[in-house]
Amino acid sequence: MTNAIVFGSYVPGDSRLHRLDPRAKLLLCIAYVILVFFANSWATCLLLVAALLVTMVMSRVSFRLYWRGIRPLAWIILLTVAFQVLFSTGGPVYWRWWLFTVTRDGLVNSLIIFFRFMVIVTASTVLTATTPTLRIADALSWLMQPLKAIKVPVNQITLMISIALRFIPTIMDEAVKIANAQRSRGMNLDEGGLIRRLTRMVPILIPLFVDSFKRAEELATAMEARGYDPAAPRTHYRQLHWYRRDTVSLLLLLALAVAVLTLRFVI
Amino acid sequence: MPEIKLNNVAFAYSNSKQRALTEVNLTIPAGSYTALVGHTGSGKSTLVSLIDGLLKPTAGQITVGKQTVDASARRQDLAKLRQHVGFVFQFPEQQLFAETVAKDIAFGPENLGWGQERVATAVQEALNAVGLPADLAERSPFMLSGGQMRRVAIAGVLAMQPEVLILDEPTAGLDAKSTEQLLNLIATFHQEGRTIILITHQMEQVARYADQVVVMNHGQLVTATTPAQLFADSQLMAANQLNRPAAVQIAHQLRKRGVDLQAVLTLDQLAKTLAPRLKGGTD
Repeated sequence: MTNAIVFGSYVPGDSRLHRLDPRAKLLLCIAYVILVFFANSWATCLLLVAALLVTMVMSRVSFRLYWRGIRPLAWIILLTVAFQVLFSTGGPVYWRWWLFTVTRDGLVNSLIIFFRFMVIVTASTVLTATTPTLRIADALSWLMQPLKAIKVPVNQITLMISIALRFIPTIMDEAVKIANAQRSRGMNLDEGGLIRRLTRMVPILIPLFVDSFKRAEELATAMEARGYDPAAPRTHYRQLHWYRRDTVSLLLLLALAVAVLTLRFVI
Repeated sequence: MPEIKLNNVAFAYSNSKQRALTEVNLTIPAGSYTALVGHTGSGKSTLVSLIDGLLKPTAGQITVGKQTVDASARRQDLAKLRQHVGFVFQFPEQQLFAETVAKDIAFGPENLGWGQERVATAVQEALNAVGLPADLAERSPFMLSGGQMRRVAIAGVLAMQPEVLILDEPTAGLDAKSTEQLLNLIATFHQEGRTIILITHQMEQVARYADQVVVMNHGQLVTATTPAQLFADSQLMAANQLNRPAAVQIAHQLRKRGVDLQAVLTLDQLAKTLAPRLKGGTD
């Protein structure tokens, strides 16, 4: 029943990107994000943006859908950029009023922050749009396996992540249903100031919490009834397969990394 | 008393191309007891959400009493529909949130902007109407039994004194005794003059209480007729995956074996028709 397109929701498809192993995609995404922090010139930035655009086209997910996924975060990004512009100092001053100053360094910094934000958010949206959430959880679990050596309960953590991801749509539906029930009892969500709006969330949030706890208890019972043992070794229903295309994708990223780092440190 | 009229109503959820409802024309007379049937996903819930102004039609007009809304309606217009209509959702006990039963029931009336005294009276009356003792008012709704919680939730809707009451599978998950009590309660609300719209999968409930039955399938209104006529049409029943109530089935079997029987809807009626022939009393 939800009408909203949630940030980070999966867009089903059969593109090359969709078919990549989730582990490869997760590694690509992480490596790309790290690379973004090395970009400091027009050339490096353009290279990274170009690479991102190519993957976006390859994912065969429409740019309109990407934009809808990113849009909710636009406010946070703009706010951060505005803070950077108005409060950072250094370099020639262009404009000054009360506490606010606009300086060249401030402008440059905010431009860099804007770029990083946008690119990182877009890159992670490409990952989540082409990979079902449970597959990302599988990949994460694989990535965290080395942590077992230092006694981190990797299996339990990944199970928690999977369950949390699995229940996001369920809880969203539940929230819509409860909001409708309260609206039908005359609650008006759209009127009044911020505080009034927030207090009006109470009749939605309390039933949502009560319900989530109940759901969690039932799920725990159901899992125990089917013999779940947190200490037992896990097998996986969804098997991950590493193909040559996954290796190729990593090699391509390596090439990109070499190019960006060369531009940054050598030239 | 408001009449409900739907004129060529269509609805599509914004994230799907498929229409949830297409060209629904329906009149629900004031004071009627209308049952809404059809399998899961047939558009029943969408239809009642439109009547309650929770959704806005993509095409067509919906009239409740004097208020008409269409695709261009503003939020305030939709909200006006809700002044006439009370909606008891499926598993309504999930919407309880306040510290005490009384505060939860008062939520709706307070939203209507009623004065303190009027709210207090409405809460008392609603508690009384659903057959809960008055000393429950100061208890936490979360400490009650499932059946009691559902009654509190229904009282929360009743307290707004709606003229139309929509109930979405109100007996789901209740034991036989609570089901019986709840159905009797709804029948009382109907006798008091309210229009009842009941979504149900139980054909026994349709046979026993409804004076109009609306069949939905794939977002379209198949028919709006009387229960007797619907149950007589076995083809229509099968095409919409509906089961006939036990009494109708038994009567059908008897007729096939040569017993001459008039149409019956409920087991009571069937028993009363059969008893004299078996030379028993009528009680």
